[in-house]
Amino acid sequence: MKYIEEFQDPELARRLLDDIHATVTRPWALMEVCGGQTHTIIRHGIDQLLPEQVELIHGPGCPVCVTPLEVIDKALEIASRPEVIFCSFGDMLRVPGTGRDLFQVRSEGGDVRVVYSPLDALRIAQQNPAREVVFFGIGFETTAPPNAMTVHQAKKLGIPNFSLLVSHVRVPPAIEAIMTSPSCRVQAFLAAGHVCSVMGMGEYPELAARHRVPIVVTGFEPLDILEGVRRAVRQLERGEYTVDNAYARAVRPEGNPAALAMLEDVFEVTDRAWRGIGVIPASGWRLSARYRDYDAEHRFSVTDIATQEPAECRSGEVLQGLIKPHECEAFGTTCTPRNPLGATMVSSEGACAAYYLYRRLDLAPARTAPLEASPVV
Amino acid sequence: MCLAVPGRVLDIGEKDGTRMATVDFGGVVKEVCLEYLPDLRVGEYAIVHVGFALQRLDEESAKQTLELFAQLGMLQEEFGDPWERAAAEAGTGDWPFADDIAQQPHTGDAVQEAQQQ
Repeated sequence: MKYIEEFQDPELARRLLDDIHATVTRPWALMEVCGGQTHTIIRHGIDQLLPEQVELIHGPGCPVCVTPLEVIDKALEIASRPEVIFCSFGDMLRVPGTGRDLFQVRSEGGDVRVVYSPLDALRIAQQNPAREVVFFGIGFETTAPPNAMTVHQAKKLGIPNFSLLVSHVRVPPAIEAIMTSPSCRVQAFLAAGHVCSVMGMGEYPELAARHRVPIVVTGFEPLDILEGVRRAVRQLERGEYTVDNAYARAVRPEGNPAALAMLEDVFEVTDRAWRGIGVIPASGWRLSARYRDYDAEHRFSVTDIATQEPAECRSGEVLQGLIKPHECEAFGTTCTPRNPLGATMVSSEGACAAYYLYRRLDLAPARTAPLEASPVV
Repeated sequence: MCLAVPGRVLDIGEKDGTRMATVDFGGVVKEVCLEYLPDLRVGEYAIVHVGFALQRLDEESAKQTLELFAQLGMLQEEFGDPWERAAAEAGTGDWPFADDIAQQPHTGDAVQEAQQQ
């Protein structure tokens, strides 16, 4: 989709772009948090349709990308054991650990299975009582409640051969980490819509006020992104720093109370390492003491595995919005989707993969020619 | 995986003491847990993520999103065969994005086109 005519509602897209062009008077840097939003932006060329002064910076919101190498290595170690059936979402298969990935573990004889839902993994455990079934529990606030429910079910149904390898992460501490970084250029956030569908918006007003940064809850369709940008730019131009919901059709301010209650029961907040970024305080979840028996790290004694990421991979800087993917020397040369150095090149939501798929010839300038003040007739 | 897809509830039942539904995602039918949206009814739409209904959605928004996802091939990504995809990415299948840069479309055209309008 390369032309504005191909937007779902081109006329509305034109009006939104018109409004953004008419509102902007000086440069602003906005970060879209969600990897799905990044893909929409690059695929539809939204960054190139916006005024020159509006820069979109890609944030750390791809769960596959931010899962640390040592967690991948723990998964590979567990998945290689003969007694284990290792269940995962499909997009973890090709994420590189140290030297190999889950896809290779399977080709070497490991019993690696892809499931659509964590409940499918629990069913596999019921059907295979003589095996240990481990589910790879990664993801943000949208994925954590399904995984929490699955562990809750395992305990309720007394299924002893099921466990979870947990690496869940939370968005608000990542926003805090980005805003407190000395090299931060971000002036507004497009918050991840589906995360807010679960969590609501309660954690954001304090962040917005303290860092003087507008936070606009945004969906991931092209028109959603334009509307999110429009509202963020309006706030910036007026000197306002509040939380705004531009995705009301899917986000209620209170989130999903049943999911929040289950998270509270099954998980507890902990410090988490983010791939390429490092440890962010209070940025993740682990199983709470009541569910510790279902923690695969303890069940398989892999707690002491520690690894180092490839030095030439700059995905950490990409995830923090410090560089664009094509500014990494390895991009498109030693790092491609076929031979990825980092997860940002593997995941369908990774920023590097988005640039590789849609913008390969624009390796030098991030932006081509600027548009006139208004592209609209 | 992070993608949440709207779907329409076809019927509702119970399994292992858990409220479950069959949900239609533009032709793909999956089993979905309703524990987080217990009052969802047959015929209603919800945003579903990894087999869990997470939030209600109105019919028009849901249909628009489904249509867009289908156009973009995202339903295939969500519900297609992940092993086939991984094999293609590993170079042991048909990876659709050839390593030859010259074969790739140039998205810079989008800007030129927009300027001409």
